[in-house]
Amino acid sequence: MATDAIRLLSPEGVLIESEENAAWLPLISALSEQQLLDFHRQMAVIRRFDIEAGNLQRQGQLALWIPSLGQEAAQVGSGYAARAQDTIFPAYREHVVGRIRGVDPMRIIELLRGQDHGGWDPKQHGNFHLYTLVIGSQSLHATGYAMGVAFDGAAATGDPERDEAVLVYFGDGATSQGDVSEALVFAASYQTPQVFFLQNNHWAISVPVATQSRTPLYRRAAGYGVAGLRVDGNDALAAYAVTRTALDEARAGLGPRFVEALTYRMGAHTTSDDPTKYRDDAELEYWTAHDPIARFEAFLRGRGVGDDFFASVAEEGEDLAADVRRRTLALESPPATKIFDHVYTDPHPDVAEQRAWLLAYEASFGGQA
Amino acid sequence: MTTMTMAKALNEGLRAAMRADEKVLLMGEDIGTLGGVFRVTEGLKSEFGPRRVLDTPLAESGIVGSAIGLAMRGYRPVCEIQFDGFVYPAFDQITSQLAKQTYRHGGAQSFPVVIRIPYGGHIGAVEHHQESPEAYFAHTAGLRVVAPATPHDAYWMIQEAIAGNDPVVFLEPKSRYWPKGEVDLSASGAALHASRVVRRGTDVTLIGHGAMVATLLDAAELAAAEGVSAEVVDLRSLSPIDYAPILESVRRTGRAVVVQEAPQQVSVGSEIAATVGERAFYSLQSPVLRVSGYDTPFPPAKLEGVYLPDVDRILEAVDRALAH
Repeated sequence: MATDAIRLLSPEGVLIESEENAAWLPLISALSEQQLLDFHRQMAVIRRFDIEAGNLQRQGQLALWIPSLGQEAAQVGSGYAARAQDTIFPAYREHVVGRIRGVDPMRIIELLRGQDHGGWDPKQHGNFHLYTLVIGSQSLHATGYAMGVAFDGAAATGDPERDEAVLVYFGDGATSQGDVSEALVFAASYQTPQVFFLQNNHWAISVPVATQSRTPLYRRAAGYGVAGLRVDGNDALAAYAVTRTALDEARAGLGPRFVEALTYRMGAHTTSDDPTKYRDDAELEYWTAHDPIARFEAFLRGRGVGDDFFASVAEEGEDLAADVRRRTLALESPPATKIFDHVYTDPHPDVAEQRAWLLAYEASFGGQA
Repeated sequence: MTTMTMAKALNEGLRAAMRADEKVLLMGEDIGTLGGVFRVTEGLKSEFGPRRVLDTPLAESGIVGSAIGLAMRGYRPVCEIQFDGFVYPAFDQITSQLAKQTYRHGGAQSFPVVIRIPYGGHIGAVEHHQESPEAYFAHTAGLRVVAPATPHDAYWMIQEAIAGNDPVVFLEPKSRYWPKGEVDLSASGAALHASRVVRRGTDVTLIGHGAMVATLLDAAELAAAEGVSAEVVDLRSLSPIDYAPILESVRRTGRAVVVQEAPQQVSVGSEIAATVGERAFYSLQSPVLRVSGYDTPFPPAKLEGVYLPDVDRILEAVDRALAH
């Protein structure tokens, strides 16, 4: 782990109450016991869900699965750092953040099964926007949205309970995309109330981060005039404290912020990937020894949290996995005419005509469309 | 009725849209203080301020991508792409993002973003400044594509495009920015996606859009002098295409010539020719003919007169149609 990464929990799960952490520790002290337990619960439950979803894909129930295995701490810390009024633009791996913001994991299952291209209305789900599969495109949507927040006067009033901020997720591969660069340019120009949250999981499918950048990625932010920090992304408390501070600075009108969370994709990029072809066992062993959930469990046990809690979390994970499996197997294909729904908002003659044609065609077989 | 140029009509249309809805904002390169390289947005920044007329950084994908985010926030952004050939850096944001967002959101959110593109030739400009990219966007579900041919239509169509709830690629024939025409400020007279017969005739139907409409009217005038009565249809909308006036016309004349500045391969003109063939086959007395730009890059300006359809090439096609 790079020495310039902010770390509050040691790999052994001990809170590092050092001088250099003095700025961040009060944010951790302010967390209630229940909040700390929730950090662990969300990570562990989603990991169990993640494994179940991977199994469902292998069994032919999903077209694809995108695991978040290993990145749970970066996600739970940043996800809980966002306030209720904030708006979040994920990439496509932020299952923990989605759960925090109230998205039923089944919506993600349905997306990757091929039931729907989206799946939820962000306004009804904690302002958590849809997954974006084209790498980095969402960074510009987040910046535009944040421009709107600023234009509306919904930030920088001085009230952190009301002022809005925007949080956008992307990965190390995305940092090579022009859209991420343009988003940083626009964010700096319009001083948007926005945090760019980079999960550097070290691999863009098979390409190592060194191919994307020869400079630590958080340092790029300075080139855009955006303040950037790096955290240990397998440390949920560091991810929380740094993102919380960055969001509050952004909502206060101090301009956009950039957080690089150093983490590791312990699984495959997706179920279509085979990481044994490009990375060695030693690397995976190192990161397995730095598992973010094991670290947090050690931290909680050090605070006296006992077996009962961890057993209840495991049970919740099993229940969710079983429920997701049951509901996935019960899914039916969408009706054929769904093809034509919501291509446009206003009536469109070509869509209406083709829809009518399909209905007549299906009816000509004597069945139902 | 008042008389003005298309550039002024667009300016007035944008002003009216901005006065009608405070969520309308303009964004683009050089559109604020300078008023745009064609001065279409002149004076709007001073009237509405820098929060509603944004001189953006120089990045087309950034302009369209951030407009999508602004639409998510409830705004109605109108983006200016400075020239036709500069739209391609924004292609992903237009075709994979903007066009598909309503579908992806299951209708929970609308994306009323207008992308204004000055397009087409006849201005003797350097490479990337004279292209006709409409086929890319007409091919993409989720987008609407329109192109006014007159100051009157420009004034009304820009307001209708902004008031609608879908993304619109709004093509402005830049060679028509400066000729004056009559604008009826009291009524538009046609829906945004309606095509329109702009000259009555009986022998052949000439179909086109944008700057080609004026060329078609000139050709029809010359044809009349030779005893050929040509009807002219101004498409106005390229996606969706309003076929009813076209088919009604072709069923009367029995002949159709489709004219466009764009290259011919897989073009809007090809689509119209195919549809007329499918739907008016028994009325046709000759094959539907296309007169297009050649299937080459847009040439250096000194050769644009060779490349762009003119009255002579149009009348040559009319002669071929009438020979059947």
